[in-house]
Amino acid sequence: MATREIRLAVTAEDRQVAGLAALAVGLSLAEAALPTPIPGVKPGLANIVILFVMLRHGFATAAWVMAIRLLAASLLLGSFLAPGFWLAAAGAAASMGVLYFVRYLPRALFGPVAFSLLMAFAHVGGQLVLAKLWLFTTADIGMLVPVFALAALVFGAVNGLIVARLIADDSVTGAQSSHA
Amino acid sequence: MSSLKRLLKPGDLLVLFLGGLLTAASFSHAWSRPAGDTVLVRAQGKLMVRAALSQDADYAVPGTLGVSRVEVRQGRARVAADPGPRQVCVKQGWVSRSGEAALCLANQVSLEVGGADRPFDTVSY
Repeated sequence: MATREIRLAVTAEDRQVAGLAALAVGLSLAEAALPTPIPGVKPGLANIVILFVMLRHGFATAAWVMAIRLLAASLLLGSFLAPGFWLAAAGAAASMGVLYFVRYLPRALFGPVAFSLLMAFAHVGGQLVLAKLWLFTTADIGMLVPVFALAALVFGAVNGLIVARLIADDSVTGAQSSHA
Repeated sequence: MSSLKRLLKPGDLLVLFLGGLLTAASFSHAWSRPAGDTVLVRAQGKLMVRAALSQDADYAVPGTLGVSRVEVRQGRARVAADPGPRQVCVKQGWVSRSGEAALCLANQVSLEVGGADRPFDTVSY
């Protein structure tokens, strides 16, 4: 009997993406345990990782991390292909879509907080549009819009500040290690 | 904590400001009632006045204790004076949104703003 060995080349970047995706999945799971007054209003901590990856490794890597996070977190939570999964997917797609364009904004003027806020608003926007078109076609969800907008404003700003802090610390330690 | 200034760039503040504006606008748009267009004054359950809110006017409405005075100014209405002991309806001030009301219970006089979109069918006491 012939033994066949298939060896897939794993690059350093693959490992990095896997590690960051695992971090994003972990944050998604931790956040799912938090009680929330309205389903869908949550801090979106995984977006910290997504934005960090975008700024450090580029858009394509960030899109990979987002896709892996979406898939893995929904499989672990048991929501894969359930309505909640599609809402999360719509939010993720909208926020990555916005990020695709806003990443060209001048970095001298726009930092992580701006990106994070724009992503957060796109995220809830995508969710609400899908919810209205598909799940709640007859119900009036207009009353929910302000609640989601407020959540996007607060959590988008906080997550953005965290990313700004991470980037700042990272560049400091990076500079030190390059001297060593 | 490293200074907030170092973490925030001008564009960040701009987006934060616009986001805040959008949030505030969504609140006022979704949660405020439409402006009313008629003023309805009842005394002891009987409709005494039904007039356009856009028309400035003064009405004197006789209640069980005495006369309540209702003022309509620039699309708003209020109970300017009431003989009731607690003056709740006077202190309520101006009402202008559809469904808003000022009730002078002791004098059995009510001032209500009517409009296309009424949140309640009726208010009775």
